[in-house]
Amino acid sequence: MARIIGGYFTSHVPSIGGAIVRGDQQTPYWKPFFDGYPPVREWLAEEKPDVAVCFYNDHGLNFFLDKMPTFAVGAAEVYHNEDEGWGLPVFKSFEGHPALSWHIIEQLVNDEFDITTCQSMLVDHALSIPFELVYPDAPAWPVKLVPIAINTVQFPLPSARRCLALGQAVHRGLESWQGDERIVVIGTGGLSHQLDGERAGFINPDYDRFCMDSLANDPEALVADTTKEIVRKSGSQGVEILNWIAARGALGEGGFREKTRNYHVPISNTAAATMVLEPA
Amino acid sequence: MTIAFAQRERLGEAQGPIPGTTLFDGDAAAKGYALNAMCYSFNDKANREAFRADEDGYCARFHLTPTQREAVRSRNVLAMIAAGGNIYYLAKLAGIFGLSVQDVGAQQTGMSLDAFKQMLLDSGKD
Repeated sequence: MARIIGGYFTSHVPSIGGAIVRGDQQTPYWKPFFDGYPPVREWLAEEKPDVAVCFYNDHGLNFFLDKMPTFAVGAAEVYHNEDEGWGLPVFKSFEGHPALSWHIIEQLVNDEFDITTCQSMLVDHALSIPFELVYPDAPAWPVKLVPIAINTVQFPLPSARRCLALGQAVHRGLESWQGDERIVVIGTGGLSHQLDGERAGFINPDYDRFCMDSLANDPEALVADTTKEIVRKSGSQGVEILNWIAARGALGEGGFREKTRNYHVPISNTAAATMVLEPA
Repeated sequence: MTIAFAQRERLGEAQGPIPGTTLFDGDAAAKGYALNAMCYSFNDKANREAFRADEDGYCARFHLTPTQREAVRSRNVLAMIAAGGNIYYLAKLAGIFGLSVQDVGAQQTGMSLDAFKQMLLDSGKD
């Protein structure tokens, strides 16, 4: 039977990709951020997951505003990255796991989540950077991917409570999956940041700490606010915490403990965070 | 700690607009469609080069409104947002202008680039 090894949560700022390409990991600006990842690498090397179920948001690579699904589940054989508009090196492709994707899709629709299914789907830095950070020398990603995209771009956004429930439904799907894979759940994005408007540069460490402190054993605390109030506390793009909340739901109920946590301000315009939760 | 903090946050929840923040909602998405569609096209390098070669012609191809055209012409990010631009898409255009997200932040806040970067650094200090 499949086993969920735990959850890996990380920011996904595009400039991290630039820092990796330039080899800036040990420079004074970047070191406090990259220092958060060796413990995650060690954990993954020990646990050896072979599937990643990853909650993220697309930034205008796969989805344009002509068609914007609230929740989209990938069911492709392979997922490619492409130029996102800055001409940066293209990230490695991911091997998909269509059978598990369809099993999760069956579970979600059965649980009355009216999702979009994608048999062809490009994945952007929000998916690639988390893997670049923890498998820096891998010639190919050692895990198969089930990507789940959440609309954090165009209001109305799904509520935090709905995202938690989505994750919980994904968890039910993983529980009933008959394969023997070892599964890591991943949530990417955040934490507090705002790129647009006169409030650009807004960062809120108090709220970020509240989110990190609540994630393991009090996720309900994270879903009390409306998405608009989350934007107020976390910034226009800090609302990407919805991806973390959904991923926490996919870990299932029961106690979790923090294997590792790193928090550093700033990376680019963002409060950057890294966490691993494993069953207590 | 977490429950008390959550309650305090809830009880203190301010309503109304968020200062200096435009939620990208249906109104903005409808208003900004042409501008965002143009920015989306910049995922393709050939399109970035076509924009550089003939900015007027390229904007006309996407039927930018006069307000959007002027916002792009003046490289004014707040005006682009007021015209319905979404920052994830505008970031692709900013890249063509050689502007980083810090440059864009400095421009919108009316700060120098150094002052904006310092503000970000200061956010991390206890």
